[in-house]
Amino acid sequence: MNKSHYEFAPMNVGRWLVWSLFALMLALVPLVFSSGLSITVLSQMGIAIIACLSYNMLLGQGGMLSFGHAVYTGLGSFVAIHALNSVTGGSLPIPMAAVPLIGGLAGMGFAILFGYVTTRKSGTTFAMITLGLGELVFAMALMIPEFFGGEGGVSGNRMVKNGFLGITFGPPIQVYYLIAIYTFFAVAAMFAFTRTPLGRMLNAVRDNPERVEFVGYNTQRVRYMAFILAGFFAGISGGLGALNFEIVNFEVVGAARSGAYLLFTFLGGATFFFGPIIGAVMMVLAFVLFSEFTRAWLLYLGLIFLFTVMYAPGGVASLIMMNLRVAAFGRLRELWVSYLGLAMTGLVGLFGAAAMIEMVYHLQLNATLGSELKFLGITLNPAGLNSWFGSAFVFFTGLGLFEVVRRQFLRDWSEIQEYIEKETKRRDAL
Amino acid sequence: MNASRSSGANPAIALELKDLRKSFGKTEIIRGINLAVTSGERVAIIGPNGAGKSTLFNLISGRFEPTSGDVLLNGQRINGKKPYEINRLGLSRSFQITNIFPKLSVFENLRCSVLWSLGYKYTFFKFLANLDDANDRAEELMEMIKLDKKRDVLGMNLTYAEQRALEIGITIAGGAGVILLDEPTAGMSRSETTRFIKLIKDVTVGKTLLTVEHDMGVVFGLADKIAVVVYGEVIAFDVPEAVRADQRVQEAYLGSPVADQQTGGH
Repeated sequence: MNKSHYEFAPMNVGRWLVWSLFALMLALVPLVFSSGLSITVLSQMGIAIIACLSYNMLLGQGGMLSFGHAVYTGLGSFVAIHALNSVTGGSLPIPMAAVPLIGGLAGMGFAILFGYVTTRKSGTTFAMITLGLGELVFAMALMIPEFFGGEGGVSGNRMVKNGFLGITFGPPIQVYYLIAIYTFFAVAAMFAFTRTPLGRMLNAVRDNPERVEFVGYNTQRVRYMAFILAGFFAGISGGLGALNFEIVNFEVVGAARSGAYLLFTFLGGATFFFGPIIGAVMMVLAFVLFSEFTRAWLLYLGLIFLFTVMYAPGGVASLIMMNLRVAAFGRLRELWVSYLGLAMTGLVGLFGAAAMIEMVYHLQLNATLGSELKFLGITLNPAGLNSWFGSAFVFFTGLGLFEVVRRQFLRDWSEIQEYIEKETKRRDAL
Repeated sequence: MNASRSSGANPAIALELKDLRKSFGKTEIIRGINLAVTSGERVAIIGPNGAGKSTLFNLISGRFEPTSGDVLLNGQRINGKKPYEINRLGLSRSFQITNIFPKLSVFENLRCSVLWSLGYKYTFFKFLANLDDANDRAEELMEMIKLDKKRDVLGMNLTYAEQRALEIGITIAGGAGVILLDEPTAGMSRSETTRFIKLIKDVTVGKTLLTVEHDMGVVFGLADKIAVVVYGEVIAFDVPEAVRADQRVQEAYLGSPVADQQTGGH
């Protein structure tokens, strides 16, 4: 049998390149974005990347729509912060850098416990059970203040006296690099998982659980084991969070957090391995930066989610991959004008819509600050008709033009897709 | 366990059904089937629509649990076991409605189907790419079912005939000794069917084969023995010539001379 069929040497070179670049990026990014805020944001991105990828082991790879993933990141966080305090207090003789691993083991432990119940079922039943368990743990968090610290949460101090090589974990940059190392290895491990027998059978269970039973596999066992592994990585992410923030409160196990993992994993793209990485970066940008920028940020987020579900159900990752495919066939150049047009008209429409949204929010929340508001350098007055009329005009103009460009774009796009199909068939026939 | 196991222990009998019954609610679909299939035999199960042929397959393969009676695989009682347990004991089945992994490539479909039989179970510390035996076996299967040109095509993008071939490939992948094929040629053209019968013969050499079939051409071209199922009972089980001559079969199922059906399709 000819082995070259499935061992692509050039692919391996490419893979080495990708992973080296990934490591290099993790190492160099804080040199470019070196402000205090940047380091905080970057640290949170690393944590979110692990969380979203672990969530995608369930959603994208296993077809398990979990509404309670924060249970495993959150409980990992709580166990980790207690472990951190024990390390600080001297009762736990492990290095501070190993605390996230304790979080991982905790996440895994709870996944073994809860997953035994949830993974018995799939589909809607699975989703419902995870939702119920999430609510249960959230309620427990407020009922057991001894462990969860009540409303105030549990705080800790990660500083190490006389740290090895001067690493005290006092400065945020040191924590960033610890997170970066964990991120690299967790991402690599989760990618490796997709290339293993269990990882592939998980895809098979997602696609056709019935058939899996007839080729010798117990689907419940496949889901359960994947769930446990996802719990481990979720716990690591939670543990890193505990180390990073030095405080953990009940919100980390809440439904809002679980919902955020689901939403951003989906936005990033659940069908590709790297999709959730994009989603995690977007998540931190939205939560940390965008939420500062406007009070209506959740509304915008909801709209983005809505449009993604409707027009790009594969998320950002699938958009990238589709365009890479077009580029591979040398046709991307023709779409540049369309893309530029879509972006321009879309921005005009968005500008009008955003002006109106901001005015509504201003009327509801900030009316006491006076009737006028500043929006992207323009002064709007929600009390008068002029601003409303102007924004509506801009919005509808943008929308109309966008639709015109979009129709043209769709024609071009489908023509190119047809060409690619034909070309693929032709190459196959050769 | 209403029968002695002494006859079940006979190594020559690959699959034995003893007074097998299945009811859905008050309706009895399978009404006391007795059948003993010798190892290496090719058996076609024929019968009118609704006779219970597919239900019989579902009972044997563990999709349904019998209401009473026994299924013995190589002398071992398997009724009540889960489909995956039965599969691990060496019985594999295909489905009437194509049942493949639509979002996996042809190669991945086959590789998934060989993993358990090669002992990889739920392994997550070995790379698939390094499992030479699994990869070789998947490639070998792909050539057997003539889909080696479609290696990286997703299951859902194959033509209907190719999907049916993949269905067979998945079924035989684990190397099970007893193969159940549920209407393998359903929906195929005459020429495809002819080609497909040869394929089925080739890939089931040395195996015990049970196949549900409507196409009389397929039945007489493929089977060593024919079992005629009518209203949940086996009314005849013999070599094709004897079944063809059987008066009860003529009346109950075939109705008209067999030659008409052969040329007229099903």
